[in-house]
Amino acid sequence: MSDRGFQVSRLPGFATIAIGVFLALYIPIFTLAAYSFNTNISMSSWGGFSLDWYAKAWNNDQVKDATLRSLIIALWAAVISTAVATLAALGTTRRRKFKGQTLIYVIINQPLMVPEIVTAVALLIFFAQIKVITGYQGLGYLILAHSAFCIPFAYLPIRARLEGMDLSLETAAADLYATPWKTFRHVTLPLLLPGVIAGAMLAFVISLDDVVITEFVKSGGQDTLPTYMLGQLRRQMTPEINAISTALLVLTIALLTAFFLINRQNDKN
Amino acid sequence: MSPAEEAQIATSARNAWYLSTPALLILLVGAVGPLLIVLVYSFLLPGKYGNVEWGFSLDGWRGILFTKDIFDDTLVLADAHLTIFWRSVKLSVLTTVFTFLVGFPTAWFIATRAPKARPIWLFLITIPFWTNLLIRTYAINEVIRTEGLLNTILMKLGLISTPLQIIYTDVAVFIGMVYVYLPLMVLPLFAAIDRFDMRLLEAGYDLYAGRWQVLRRIILPIVKPGLIAGSILVFVPSLGAYVTPRVLGGGKQMMIGNFIELQFGQGRNWPLGAALSMLLLIVVTIALLVYVRYANREDTNV
Repeated sequence: MSDRGFQVSRLPGFATIAIGVFLALYIPIFTLAAYSFNTNISMSSWGGFSLDWYAKAWNNDQVKDATLRSLIIALWAAVISTAVATLAALGTTRRRKFKGQTLIYVIINQPLMVPEIVTAVALLIFFAQIKVITGYQGLGYLILAHSAFCIPFAYLPIRARLEGMDLSLETAAADLYATPWKTFRHVTLPLLLPGVIAGAMLAFVISLDDVVITEFVKSGGQDTLPTYMLGQLRRQMTPEINAISTALLVLTIALLTAFFLINRQNDKN
Repeated sequence: MSPAEEAQIATSARNAWYLSTPALLILLVGAVGPLLIVLVYSFLLPGKYGNVEWGFSLDGWRGILFTKDIFDDTLVLADAHLTIFWRSVKLSVLTTVFTFLVGFPTAWFIATRAPKARPIWLFLITIPFWTNLLIRTYAINEVIRTEGLLNTILMKLGLISTPLQIIYTDVAVFIGMVYVYLPLMVLPLFAAIDRFDMRLLEAGYDLYAGRWQVLRRIILPIVKPGLIAGSILVFVPSLGAYVTPRVLGGGKQMMIGNFIELQFGQGRNWPLGAALSMLLLIVVTIALLVYVRYANREDTNV
């Protein structure tokens, strides 16, 4: 194409806008990260490089508690949502169309369609009643809510992986007198594993990021890292928030890069 | 069909349901079911200190548009509410339009990179998408706040003498929402362009079409499904936005999401909050249904 000296797919100005968009996406994030290394508290001027705000965040018990809580919830939510999403994906792929299939799809993808604020309000009302009836105030509510909205994110990559696998290996195993459980354990699951890992990682990231639903569901003293940050934004803002954000950002990017590499490995195989 | 085959199909369907049950149960308790309670609450009376009192009332729904006059109890149109609805719709539409205007060239750019470089550009768009929404909103805050990056640069350049007051305005919320939701527009647009056979463009030019004609007659029709999907993906969360207007609007420039929260907090009017939630849900559902209908029609046409 290029030997014609005129590239058909080139549209004037598009590359400029695109580069501008990429810059606009990353400049704020880098600014945020840069200020986390600023000595000055005022944030309006650069006072020199330091790691003080990281040390301060690290020694802040509230931050420590919130971080731990975020990780516990995200871990539980990732495990639960991935487990049930794997079962659901096995149930809804690679078989003849059945009655109620669309209904199952709609329910599984519901968290992607309903505005978060509406679900948050609904859970606030619902759990308030349950709390009165049972007296239980623990993290269970948050774990349940997070597990629910993580399900579609875990389900989609697992389903995509399953759809790319044909049934011939499983049929072969069955022909060789493997029990259904053995077939699943030794044939289906190993093949499915990359999809399951991808699903679990997405679920983990999604849970870790949630603000709105957590803000409404949490009981007193149950701040996660994002709701703690939201609370701090109302008060005097210090670069400590930047430090926490940057740390969280690095964690997310590390997980995503791993996800990206796993996926690429899959495509190659 | 033999009875054996029929039995096999029935077993398969039953297994499908058994396997899906755990996921469905969690979703019913943790997401779908409670929505029905919101519906019920929207028809109840507000409690004095929040929550509700049992008793049927349409006040929640009426409260969406009207307030009672304090003096003579007549119903008057609630201007404050209308302002909030108008702001929500206006900002969501503007966000959708603007993300398309800049998102389309971006998606085109990614789709026309060499096959090896494409995943990396795509990855660069995906990172902000998966990054914590609050962090991204806060990052924009760093740029546009009074002592932020933008004002500092403009003042240093001598273009302005006093800082621009962007933060805590509609403009701030708009910039924030564009920033936060842009990847949701770029990704489906990219998917649509990626499937597109570039030789069609060549054919267009060979037949003496100008750039503008090629854009309008060939490119836009092909991009349309991506545009519709992207618009839904941007419009729906924009309309229900809560974090971005709260952080960048500073509590004054409320959108529906914040207005709903207010009813469950200081407003102490749970039925109104429930009715507003239902209204938002209805609007979003209509948008999704229109989309599904359109998508199905596209499928049958191709």
